[in-house]
Amino acid sequence: MSDTFDLIVVGGGPGGYVAALRASQLGMSVAIVESTHFGGVCLNWGCIPTKALLRSSEIHHLLHDLGTFGFSAENVSFDLPKIVARSRGIARRMGGGIAHLLKKAKVTTFDGRAKLAGRAGEAHKVSITKDGAEVAVIKSPNVILATGARGRQLPGLETDGKLIWGAREAMTPAELPKRLLVIGSGAIGIEFASFYRNMGSEVTIAEVADRILIAEDPEISAAARKAFEKQGMKIITGAKVGPLQKGENEVSTTIESASGTIDLTVDRVICAVGIVGNVEDLGLEGTKVQVDRTHIITDGFCRTAEPGIYAIGDVAGAPWLAHKASHEGILCVEKIAGRSPQPLHALNIPGCTYSRPQIASVGLSEEKAIASGHKVRVGRFPFMANGKAVAMGETEGMVKTVFDATTGELLGAHMIGAEVTEMIQGYVIARTGELTEAELIETVFPHPTISETMHEATLAAFDGPLHI
Amino acid sequence: MATDILMPALSPTMTEGKLARWLKNEGDKVSAGDVIAEIETDKATMEVEAVDEGILGRILVQEGIEGVAVNTPIAVLVEEGEDVPAASSGQTPAIVAPAAEPVAASTPPASAKAASREESSERIFVSPLAKRMAKDRGIALGSLNGTGPNGRILKRDVEKSGNAAPVAPKAAPATAVAIEGDVKRVPNSTMRKVIARRLTESKTQVPHFYVSVDIELDALLALRSKLNATAEDNSFKISVNDMMIKAVGLALKKQPGLNVQFTDAETLHFENVDISMAVSIPEGLITPIIRNADLKSLREISREAKDLAKRARAGKLKPEEFQGGTFSISNMGMFGVRDFAAIINPPQAGILAIASGEKRAVVRGDQLAIATVMTATLSVDHRAVDGALGAQWLNALRDIVQNPYTLVV
Ligand SMILES: Cc1cc2nc3c(=O)[nH]c(=O)nc-3n(C[C@H](O)[C@H](O)[C@H](O)COP(=O)(O)OP(=O)(O)OC[C@H]3O[C@@H](n4cnc5c(N)ncnc54)[C@H](O)[C@@H]3O)c2cc1C
Repeated sequence: MSDTFDLIVVGGGPGGYVAALRASQLGMSVAIVESTHFGGVCLNWGCIPTKALLRSSEIHHLLHDLGTFGFSAENVSFDLPKIVARSRGIARRMGGGIAHLLKKAKVTTFDGRAKLAGRAGEAHKVSITKDGAEVAVIKSPNVILATGARGRQLPGLETDGKLIWGAREAMTPAELPKRLLVIGSGAIGIEFASFYRNMGSEVTIAEVADRILIAEDPEISAAARKAFEKQGMKIITGAKVGPLQKGENEVSTTIESASGTIDLTVDRVICAVGIVGNVEDLGLEGTKVQVDRTHIITDGFCRTAEPGIYAIGDVAGAPWLAHKASHEGILCVEKIAGRSPQPLHALNIPGCTYSRPQIASVGLSEEKAIASGHKVRVGRFPFMANGKAVAMGETEGMVKTVFDATTGELLGAHMIGAEVTEMIQGYVIARTGELTEAELIETVFPHPTISETMHEATLAAFDGPLHI
Repeated sequence: MATDILMPALSPTMTEGKLARWLKNEGDKVSAGDVIAEIETDKATMEVEAVDEGILGRILVQEGIEGVAVNTPIAVLVEEGEDVPAASSGQTPAIVAPAAEPVAASTPPASAKAASREESSERIFVSPLAKRMAKDRGIALGSLNGTGPNGRILKRDVEKSGNAAPVAPKAAPATAVAIEGDVKRVPNSTMRKVIARRLTESKTQVPHFYVSVDIELDALLALRSKLNATAEDNSFKISVNDMMIKAVGLALKKQPGLNVQFTDAETLHFENVDISMAVSIPEGLITPIIRNADLKSLREISREAKDLAKRARAGKLKPEEFQGGTFSISNMGMFGVRDFAAIINPPQAGILAIASGEKRAVVRGDQLAIATVMTATLSVDHRAVDGALGAQWLNALRDIVQNPYTLVV
């Protein structure tokens, strides 16, 4: 086997493995180095296992609402270890699938930690170590760093694996905490809060900002808060969490906010307070690669300041999303191959939260659209007025559209409710293809579907909705 | 199956190019990655690589043809043993080489692009949003360069072409009036046309304002001599231009308000300082880029600037080497000029015009003294930057140049 490749990818998450597959499609010889498991955080400890858990909690919720649909059942119960085992099994299966895809694509895989090790002429050298010993040195003119990110540890809130959980512990509970405090209300915090609340835990969310889901349109944040509170969650915004006092099997703390100071004792705490990039020990010191705090600085085509070194996905900064990582992987490789990919447009990357209700959005919030100088037209449509949503018993939700009043550009779309994570792509296509309200209005939406709310929310911004 | 090889878009702004040379003949076997042809665009000569393997079945556009529109089939690739179709394999009619007919030397050659547009009644790809915006602003779609997938015209392309451009003649009517006497008619090269279009756009659509300062150069010149004296066997020779690139880079880092780009909706503030330096070449002017000029050492800048200028003159720059840039420098120091003002290189928001350093009388306290002084004039896009900031930036630049040790530490 030659030790020289057209491309070396460091990290086998959704950024790295997709980059490797695309490069192989384009005829490059590719090596990928993964230290732990193919599929990265996404398949093993992120997107996929959490969605498996949330499916269980959704079923749990439905089982407690059986009467609505004309059923009755007694002694409905669940076995948490089985729910967790299902989630882990799915993660394993998906991760294994990646190894198979890479093999099929004739990508050379290396098991170990990779580190840049200087140059050999035009090529960059990458040293691979396993259990502390160097197992290989490989070379390529092109190296993509896709090493991902990990949960941020705040002083005083460090996860300890027992009482204070990070994402990994939170998705492998041995038993259900009766009382749970979730610190941080980004997508990850909210998804865990939703899982545990739907499984029956008492959940408190503490968020330092003045609203939850700060990345979303404020109106959606408010609707989400209302829905979660109706389910019995306690939400404290503008919250300052005091020191965590760890007991034998519980944690006490005080939370200060505008509405006063409360003392809280819970069984477990989940900390979801942001992300730091995995930039350590990559051999960046000897290169021109620039790091801003914990993220590698790249341009629109994922190039770092060091020629031939690229960075994609979580390690290259926000938004920390698997589809962003994969998309960057593809465009980066196409650029290397001399094709002309389009740079990634941040406002065209959708964001989804798979809580109950689900939340999905793309583009600018109404606030931001106005702040950036647009005259806007805003449309709203509630699920309550949609036949399919009512038939499904999913009347909690709404769609909000923000259009530029002059050009008809869809500036942003914001959704909350059942299945919105599956529907947002319609608006993403509209943004990517630069459709205006005219094409959306002309589109025939199938009836009855919840997606008709997307049509109505567009009509609402212009001629007026029909069904309200 | 026979497939067409299309005229590639080698840069986001390329709409047409010249097929300079075929490097493979009909019947030659090619594999993915083989260089099959050389294409000349407005700014550079570039190689075209095959993406598939096969046999170069037929060449549809002969060497030397100019104005070949992007995505025109230029050759047909077939598999081994397959019959070679007479024309392009797709439904698109192949453009047959017009060069076969000798063109009378006195008449300028007809634009092949116009011809191809008519012949194939070429479809314009445009997003609905861009179409509506162009209509509202009275911009003809045909005058826009699409930078989207397959040359699709997008919102950004309309925005780039500015507001309210009249539909018909884009610039002042440049048609010739009847001229008496002998006239030598030199057809405008593609580069000349691009320069004309871009600078007209800039001067008519970007509200420029200008600020000048006099900068004393003696300290910088002394430092330069010292630095160059340390170069063993002339391994490097740093020029005043190299030092100015670095100084401008540092000034932009210090006052990042000028490292910006104005668009209708927002002003983009760039993290990287990428300096375009105007290089004059026989056909006109090109602006290769020193990326991250603030972070590079003088030696690196010097080496890169020399290399870029050399390759610019040879027409060998890659698109990414002259496209992008966040700020420009135009240096006419070598021509003995006292001062001048430059036209902004859009979509950038500023350009610094550097004139010659010359000995001038300066007043220090109440004394007359002699110093080497250079006048630098900053042109700024007033949509993005206001006067005070322009002045502050120039002062920052002067500080750096007059205390040049910051260039080396
Ligand atoms: C609980 C949770 C839920 C999430 N849910 C979603 C969701 O629903 N949707 C979504 O889009 N995103 C979600 N995310 C985010 C998503 O997981 C990440 O954005 C995505 O995994 C980033 O992909 P990546 O390829 O950049 O990095 P990663 O997936 O982190 O992969 C990096 C890989 O590199 C390897 N590696 C690191 N350093 C080295 C080295 N030196 N040598 C060799 N290998 C190395 C690691 O072992 C890892 O496998 C979630 C994240 C979490 C934590």
